[in-house]
Amino acid sequence: MSSTVVITGNEAAAIAAKLARVQVVAAYPITPQSSVVETLSKWVESGELSAEFVTVESEHSALTVCLAASTVGARTFTATSSNGLAYMTEQVWWTAGARLPVVMGCVNRSMAAPWNVLNDQQDSMSVRDAGWIQLYCRDNQEILDTFLQAFRIGEQLNLPVMVCYDGFLLSHTVMPVAVPPAEQVDRFLPPRPPGLQVVDLNDPRNVGPVTLADPRLDAGGVLHGGYMEIRHAHQEALLEALDIIPAVDAEFAGVFGRSWGGLTWEYALEDAEVVLIAAGSLGMELTLAVDELRNEGVRAGVLGIRTYRPFPAAHLCGKLAGRSLAIVFDKALSYGYEGPICTDLRAVLSGRAGVPKVFGAVTGLGGRDVTAAQLAEQARCAIADADAGVCQRPTTWVNLQRTDVTGQSESTTCSGRE
Amino acid sequence: MARVTRHIEISQSTPSIGEGGHTGDWRSSRPVFEPSTCLAVKQGKLTCQICWAYCPDVCIAQGVPPTVDLDYCKGCGICAQVCPAGAISMQPETAHDP
Repeated sequence: MSSTVVITGNEAAAIAAKLARVQVVAAYPITPQSSVVETLSKWVESGELSAEFVTVESEHSALTVCLAASTVGARTFTATSSNGLAYMTEQVWWTAGARLPVVMGCVNRSMAAPWNVLNDQQDSMSVRDAGWIQLYCRDNQEILDTFLQAFRIGEQLNLPVMVCYDGFLLSHTVMPVAVPPAEQVDRFLPPRPPGLQVVDLNDPRNVGPVTLADPRLDAGGVLHGGYMEIRHAHQEALLEALDIIPAVDAEFAGVFGRSWGGLTWEYALEDAEVVLIAAGSLGMELTLAVDELRNEGVRAGVLGIRTYRPFPAAHLCGKLAGRSLAIVFDKALSYGYEGPICTDLRAVLSGRAGVPKVFGAVTGLGGRDVTAAQLAEQARCAIADADAGVCQRPTTWVNLQRTDVTGQSESTTCSGRE
Repeated sequence: MARVTRHIEISQSTPSIGEGGHTGDWRSSRPVFEPSTCLAVKQGKLTCQICWAYCPDVCIAQGVPPTVDLDYCKGCGICAQVCPAGAISMQPETAHDP
């Protein structure tokens, strides 16, 4: 029987790592992630967790230790946030390209400058192209469960998995979480299978040597891919994850009785004409906005992005076919353009018939509170624009409060559009 | 030729001759020994061998005189630089083309 405890998202992450029987943890503290690895460190010290905890001088070294440990077969975990993730960036790419199933928590926090420790999703979105699987969680139970799934997914595909969850909103907020017994987790998550890296003293290898543009025959006559062939295999593995992630979620449901939707999750979506889209805990706020809109007779629903990389393109097309309007709420921005999920969704739907208009809104940057009422108001304005024949419009900024040089202030809930 | 599919998803190599490919193809100039100047030849014994010690690609075999494996020598010219007797000269590859 699982026991239900009232814990923070960070505690849920630490418990998941312990239940996964991680063998090596290396981390550097950063708000709001710190308590994940502080908890693990405490357990390693007390003997409650049989693992190596490596203290390092930077996040770059933290992930370097993880990728090295993963190369020799260890189940490896770390967690970071914001500028810590940015400091890791080189090794974020290295870990993925070397096909190492490191699991990392990214406790989403804004990027400096200006300095700010609060939540948005700019950090993980900024490394979306590095070749990791990225999963976004909406509550603390999903955090625990997703980490357990992440090890299965990553180790099956030889891919690193970044489990993303909103800083403070989840990381430091307590809620009831069912903690499964270790034996049940062991059945779902056996020890790590052998990876692509061969560790055999009688057959020594150089892992990750310089790889030239073209394929080459090695001394034994084996054809090795050039850079493009190796990157293509990486891409194929990521696309395969679009099948593996839902399959693992279904298997998880069979063992633990909880399913998180695999690629996406939804709320009141079945007959929805207007679909509100977000990743992470913002999706939960959207469900409240949808309740409000439904009370007004608007057929609205929520489509939550759980898997952002690989991007579930075909799946999203299926979910959105026949709808009239999709409003994407991004907690990040590709500066100089628009929100990343919005861009990706537009690209997926481009050129298809019978798909909704896509409007984008940027919201909650640097911890700015986002209320269901504001989200509902955004939706009302978007619906009005769509009804007026607007097909595309600039990104709106939710709850932007500007003061000009004359001291006049202006608050935009939905007037940020031109 | 056996085409093994094992682990081609990642970049890896094994420590063996030719693992990096036929690197002699990269060469634009090659080391040519002048035996009458080589210290080992002059003394008639296995001495000096500084070129062998310095070759970064292990392409020089000890000998009287030392010999170069032109299948893998990239023509870096380090042997010519370190030879205390000036017995090695780098000659343009075009002069040796068939």
